[in-house]
Order: sequence, then C-alpha cells, then structure tokens
Amino acid sequence: MTAFLIVLVIILFGVAVWQLNKIFQLSQPAQTEDSEVASEKDNNTQGYLMLGFVFFIYGLLALCFWLWGDVLLPVSASEHGIETDQLFLITMILIFVTGILTQWLLHYFAFVYRGTEEKKALFYAENHKLEFIWTIIPVFVLAGLIIYGLFTWSDIMSIDEDDNPLVVELYAYQFDWRARYAGEDNALGEANVRLIEGVNQLGVDISDPNALDDIVVNELHLPLGRKVLFKMRSQDVLHSAYMPHFRAQMNCVPGMVTQFAFTTNITTEDMRLEEDVIHKVENINAIRTEKNLDLIAKGEEELEMYEFDFLLLCNKICGSNHFNMQMKIVVETEDEYNAWLAQQAPLAETLKK
Amino acid sequence: MSDNTNNHDDHGHHHKETFVTKYIFSQDHKMISKQYLITGLFMGFIGIAMSLLFRLQLAWPDHQFTVYEIFLGKWAENGVMDPNVYLALVTIHGTIMVFFVLTAGLSGTFSNLLIPLQIGARDMASGFLNMVSYWLFFLSSVIMILSLFVEAGPASAGWTIYPPLSALPQAMPGSGAGMTLWLVSMAIFIASSLLGSLNYIVTVINLRTKGMSMTRLPLTIWAFFVTAIIGVVSFPVLLSAALMLIMDRSFGTSFFLSDIYIAGEVLHNQGGSPVLFEHLFWFLGHPEVYIVILPAMGLVSEIMATNSRKPIFGYRAMIASILAIAFLSTIVWGHHMFITGMNPFLGSVFTFTTLLIAIPSAVKAFNWITTLWRGNLKMNTGMLFSIGFVSTFISGGLTGLILGDSALDINVHDTMFVVAHFHLVMGISALYGLFAGVYHWFPKMFEGKMLNKKLGYIHFWMTAIGAYGVFFPMHFTGMAGLPRRYYTNTNFPYFDDLTDINVVITLFAFFAAAGQLVFLYNFINSMFFGKVGSKNPWNATTLEWTAEVKHIHGNWDGPIPEVHRWSYDYSKMNKDDSDYVIAGQDYVPQHIPLQDNEEELSH
Repeated sequence: MTAFLIVLVIILFGVAVWQLNKIFQLSQPAQTEDSEVASEKDNNTQGYLMLGFVFFIYGLLALCFWLWGDVLLPVSASEHGIETDQLFLITMILIFVTGILTQWLLHYFAFVYRGTEEKKALFYAENHKLEFIWTIIPVFVLAGLIIYGLFTWSDIMSIDEDDNPLVVELYAYQFDWRARYAGEDNALGEANVRLIEGVNQLGVDISDPNALDDIVVNELHLPLGRKVLFKMRSQDVLHSAYMPHFRAQMNCVPGMVTQFAFTTNITTEDMRLEEDVIHKVENINAIRTEKNLDLIAKGEEELEMYEFDFLLLCNKICGSNHFNMQMKIVVETEDEYNAWLAQQAPLAETLKK
Repeated sequence: MSDNTNNHDDHGHHHKETFVTKYIFSQDHKMISKQYLITGLFMGFIGIAMSLLFRLQLAWPDHQFTVYEIFLGKWAENGVMDPNVYLALVTIHGTIMVFFVLTAGLSGTFSNLLIPLQIGARDMASGFLNMVSYWLFFLSSVIMILSLFVEAGPASAGWTIYPPLSALPQAMPGSGAGMTLWLVSMAIFIASSLLGSLNYIVTVINLRTKGMSMTRLPLTIWAFFVTAIIGVVSFPVLLSAALMLIMDRSFGTSFFLSDIYIAGEVLHNQGGSPVLFEHLFWFLGHPEVYIVILPAMGLVSEIMATNSRKPIFGYRAMIASILAIAFLSTIVWGHHMFITGMNPFLGSVFTFTTLLIAIPSAVKAFNWITTLWRGNLKMNTGMLFSIGFVSTFISGGLTGLILGDSALDINVHDTMFVVAHFHLVMGISALYGLFAGVYHWFPKMFEGKMLNKKLGYIHFWMTAIGAYGVFFPMHFTGMAGLPRRYYTNTNFPYFDDLTDINVVITLFAFFAAAGQLVFLYNFINSMFFGKVGSKNPWNATTLEWTAEVKHIHGNWDGPIPEVHRWSYDYSKMNKDDSDYVIAGQDYVPQHIPLQDNEEELSH
C-alpha cells in the first residue's frame, strides 16, 4: 500500500510539474522558430561555464588528494612491489601532465572560441606535420612505457625454482582460505578435490610421501626476506588471491594450479611503525570510536580497536560472502617463523586423530 | 557505387499504413530507430535505478532503508539488503547498461536513423530483417526483465558471468533459473545484433547515393559501418560461449568445469577450464567496448564539426584511427586476463597490443581538440555533450595506461580503480555520445520538434558534475586496495576509512540521476509539445537535413539528392577569400555542386 501511495505521489508530482511548465510556456511571448538553437547569449554563458568546469575538474582532483591522499595503500611490503610502485608513479605523472594539459586545451578552446555573429571559423581541414607530431610522440612515450612494463612483468612472473623458494599452497573455497606449507621436504603432496574426506579438507593425497609433512593452517606466516612461491588452488568457483600490501594477485582456478612468487621486505611489526600506517590506523580507530558511541547508546557490543595486519583478500566475485573472504598474513623474522611452524601439526599427525 | 534505389522514386506513398504497420511492426528505419531509442532509454532508467540502490547500500551499509523493501521485497526484509541481491543488482546493472542501452540503444538507434538518411538511401537494404532485429531485441529485453522476478533471483555472477559461479546453482541462488533466462536473453540479443549489423554493412556498401564515395561519407557512417563489422566478427564467439555454458549447466558437459567440490559433494565434471570461458567471453567483451564507443565517437565528430562551423580536423586520420582501433580491439582481449593463470608470455603480448591502442585514441583526441581551435562554437546541448565526451574519454582513457600494463594491473585488477576507469571511458563517454545524438537529431526523429535547450543545459551540467563527482573519488578507493563487488567494506576494519568517500560518491550519483529526470521530462514533453524548428536547425551539411521533415516512407519526396562534396564544407572561403563559397552562408550542403569561385580540394 505504501508503495502504491509513493508511486501515486510521484506521478501526481510529475503531472503538477508538467502543468506548471505548460502554464509557464503559455505565458511567454511567441518565440521565433529557432528559439531552441543556441543564441549568442547562450554561447557566451556556456563558454564561461566550460572555463569554470575545467577549474572544477582541477579543484575536484586536488580536493580528492587533500581529503583522501591518506587512504591509499602504504609502502610496498614486497621487493618487486617497489619496482611496480616506481612504474606506477611514472605512469601517473605522465597521466596527470597529459590530462591536465589536454583538459585545459579542450575547455579553454570551448571558452575562447565561443560563437558570435561576427566571428568566422577557420577552414582548417588538415595539417600532416601536426598530425605526424602527435602520432609520433605517443609512439615514443608508449614504447618507453611498454618496454619498462614488460621488463618489470617478466621479472615478477619468471620464477626460478633454483632459488629454493619456500613453497606454500593457497587454497580457496566459499568463503575462506587455507594455507598449506610444504614442510621439511619443501615439496607439496599431490592433491585433488576428489580426495576430500573428513579432516582432509584440502583433498591431499596421503599416499604421496611428500604429503605427510605438509602443514595446513588458517593464518599465513611468511619469513622476512625469503622468496615465497605460492601455488593457488580453488575448491569450487573462481577466487582471486589478492595481497594488496605486497602488490600481488593471482586467480585461483578450479581444475588448475596457478602460481605467484614474491619476497617480503618488511615484518608486520615494522610495518606497524611506518608513518603512513600509523596515520591510517589512527584514522580508522577514530572512526571506530565514534561508531562505538552510537553502539553504546543502543546497548550493543562495541567494536574492537584496530591494529594493522597484512591481508589476503578474495578479489573475484565468488558468491554471497565474497566481501568477507579474507585471511590474516603475518610477516616475521626467520627465527620467529620457524618457531611458529614448529608448533603446527603436520598432516600425518592431523589425519591420525 | 549504386543508385539502384532511384528507379523507384515514387515508391511508398500509395499503400495505406495501419496502426500496426506504422507504429508496431514497422519496417521503416526511422520508426525502428525510435523504437530502439525508447526501449533503450527505458532499460537505461532501470539500470540507473539499480545503481542507485546499490550505491545506497555502499554508502550506508548499516542503515535500514524502506526503499529496499519497496523494490526488492522479500530480498530486503526490514530494509536490510541481502548480499546476493546486491550482486544481482550489480550484475543486471552491468548487463543492461552495456548491452541494452549502449549497444542496442546507441548503435541501434543512430545506425538505423542515420545510415539511410546520411548516405542518401530510401531505407535499409532489408526493412524486414531490420524489423526482425528490433523485435528480437525487444524480446530479449522482456526476458531480461522477466528474469528479475524468478523465485531465487536474477543472474548474479557479475556481468562477465564467469563459470563455475554462473554454472552451478549450488554456488549462488542467482545461478539457477535467473541465469538460464540471462543466457536465453543474451542469445536472442546476439541474433538481433547480428541481423542489425549485417543490414548496416550491406546498406552502407550498396545503397550510397550517386557521388557518395567512401571518402565523402560523414564520420558517423564510418563509425557505424566499422562497428557493425566488429559486431559480426565478435558476437558469434559470445554466442558459442553462451551455448557451451548452457550445455554445462543443463546437459552435464564439462567445457568450463573441472575438479569441483561444492555443497559437500564432488561433481563429475573433469577436463574443462574456466580460463577457456574467459578467453571466449573477452574475445567479444573487449571489442564490445569499442562497439559501444565507436558510434559515440562518430556522432561526436559530426556534431562537433557542425557546431564549430569547421571541418573535422584530419578527416582521413579519423577514418584511419577508427580502422586501427577496430583492428586492434580484436587482439587485446587478454588484458582482462593478466592474472587468471594465463601464460605470462601472453600477458606480455597483450600489454604490447593494448598500449598500442593509445596511439589512434590519442590522435582522435587531438583532432577533436584541434577541431574546436579557431572555430565559431555554437553551444547547443549536443555540442556540450560532445565536448564532455572528449573530456571523459581523455580522463578515463589515460588510466587505461595503468590497467593495460600487466605489471601494474596486478595490484589494481578487479579493484574499484577498474570500475572508475571503464565507467568514465566507455560508460559515461558513450552515454554522452548518446545524449549528444539525441539532442542533435531529435528534430529528425520527431518531425522537426526540438528539445528544450534550457532543460538541456541543466541536464548537461548536472550530468557532467555528477559524473566526475562519482568517478574521480572512486579511483581512490581502488588505489586503497578495495576490491569491486564488495557488498560492504566495513565488515572488517581495514577499509573503514573509505566510508566517507562512498558517501560522497553516492550523493553525486543521486545528483547525476536527478539530472536524468530533467532529460526524461524534456524528452517526453518535447516529443508531443516541442517547438518546431527550421528544416535544417543546426545549418548542417549532411543529407538528412534535405529530407522531408514529415516522415514519409522513402525519406525524399522527389528524387534522391546527388552528392558533390564531402560533408565538412563549413566556413569554406571562395577563391579570392572575399566571402564564403555561398555568399553569406557559412556551410555548403553535400548536394550542392562545385561552385565557380571555389577551389576543389581532395574530397
């Protein structure tokens, strides 16, 4: 019933506006047949508005940076991430220079050449030299970007197994993650979803000798400075293992194993002491404190205060709980990592229970 | 070159039209164009309304809105939106806007209206197929709308419908009957699009009037022609993907499925690959964004030249860049798949081809800007939207340099950064092209009636401010690492500080949407009560303005005009530079023969 009334009100409102407009139009003196074509006055007003608009664009951009410059991702926590951040910055500078310049030309021309009766447009159909120049400049700039990008990309994606990277499996399912460490032999046991049974949630093939020392956990710990080779699997639908702080991402595809490798360069503890991160955490806690005032007033449970942690997020639509499919990542020194790993039970032990 | 239509000049005035043959099953391209436009706009309003609902959810995730209950019913009990419905809304919003509004609504409307009128033809090559094309589009729209009402909800696996999520009803409720209807609707849509495209291609090749060589065609026609070719090349691939997905869903095949354990049981499927689907999907999906943007580019080029009172700068370079973009568009699909597990070497190849597209795009942008230079700009609403188009095309296109670069894509892939990028470069830009076209050719569609310019100005400025207000801040949420398609970003603390940005985005979205109501009112009002302007209100050179104002079957009452020049003789001076070629008139229509005191240029 409410719905019906609301629709009715909207319709009646529309009719009222329509009628008002009709009355307004009837009260106007008869206009020439070109009254809906821009007049010189319109050209003038719209020209000025165009000039104003380019400043609106610049202002909006500046405002965004001023207000929200601090929400961006903090410094990269992986070695290759420093390279990509560098490339990102260079590309961004290029974008800003080109963008600011071309937007200015566009809107300034719209303003300065706004039409009048006396003005004559210039019949200017082509200029091969000019066209050549603005074809060749993008060619060179882009060639530079492409080459830089391709070298960075192949550095990231070519994984040399001789470096003896730490092998970790990331296992995705609706709607959580598991990590499987390869154990002492640094070789993961074979696995297939057809072998999922009881506590063997990842379908590891226990007849494979490599599998016995594998360790399955629900919190990812990484040793500082060692190359980690992730092998991704999915149990059901597509997921994407996204580790924004490490500038790392790879899809998890059912039926195949995908991979991504990086080397960490800062521990969780040290990251918490980074200026960006301290600032971000303060912001978030201020927001949470404010929310808590509301919650206390309502007599509901308070939110916990936030402490920075690296995150593994799902970044490929995977179903209703996609927005909450995450796992904590801890980066620590080699010793701390070894101590943590020693406490975890290998698969052989877990399956016996 | 063919003028074979000339031999039935007097055709079409005798037989009596009934209501059904004139307004419903019409075979006249002008009526079909209006049918496309109105269906497209109707779908567009549904799509925009959906975006408002999910923007509300993103801005105030903890708030209970009665409006959810009104529109979503049992999927939003007590005003709390169900996460599955959120996904359904983004999915259907994407599908409707990309296919139903920007493909059919834009290309369908203007290809139909302008191809025969601007090349000097009495109608499309096949009026009957043209009618079938529209009614298939209508049918697919109806099925898509119906899918909103199925028990378990409409398709919700994202507009890209990647399997296995879209293939398994166990994975999400929207992958049941809703997904089936989505696939059926799209299969019919593809058939409609193919029939339309073939018709456009044949018409442009065969039915040009005498003198209308390919290098005298307005850029609109070039854009529609090349768009139709891309459509014919790439849409069938989506059809095959859709058919295989239908088989995987209903007949137990394993094209895209392998090794799946879901809802407590192992599925029998083995050997398929979701990555194969992604290849097939993006083989259409990427050209699709050019199917959307090329017609807009054509419309903008034409409107900009007319309103600048100048020829379009670099006509041949414009054609060359349309062809280059069309060619490159078919070999860049892999840039959507850098991190899908595809071989990294392929990633390198696709980075290379993708960044190449920036070159013809840059040429186009520079040429548009130069077209304005030293012009005598008539700030009609169509012109404002054309300038707006170039602006959003530049700001959205530039961030493509980041996404197209595989090394940089790793960290922004599937984040809100991507959403901001493609909305500016192909969503908003193409919409601007659509609006520019509607304002400019409204008199041609509705027998001389014109849209109200004041309301047009209000519409433009609200849209322009709203669009940048929505999508500039959205880049920041992406660079903060926020994944797209998140129902809420406050479920865990890390993204709590993005709430403010989301509120700002939503407020701008409502502002921009309010602007569209102004347009809706203007459109409906002007359709019935619009002021009738002169026959050629914008003083344009192209042939459509020589056709009868009143719609007749066959477009021209007398013989079809013959063409003697290209369509951009604006402000051309006579030999001794004393006056325009035609004294006192700053344009020379295409059907006017070469004058004595005129220098002949290469067209």
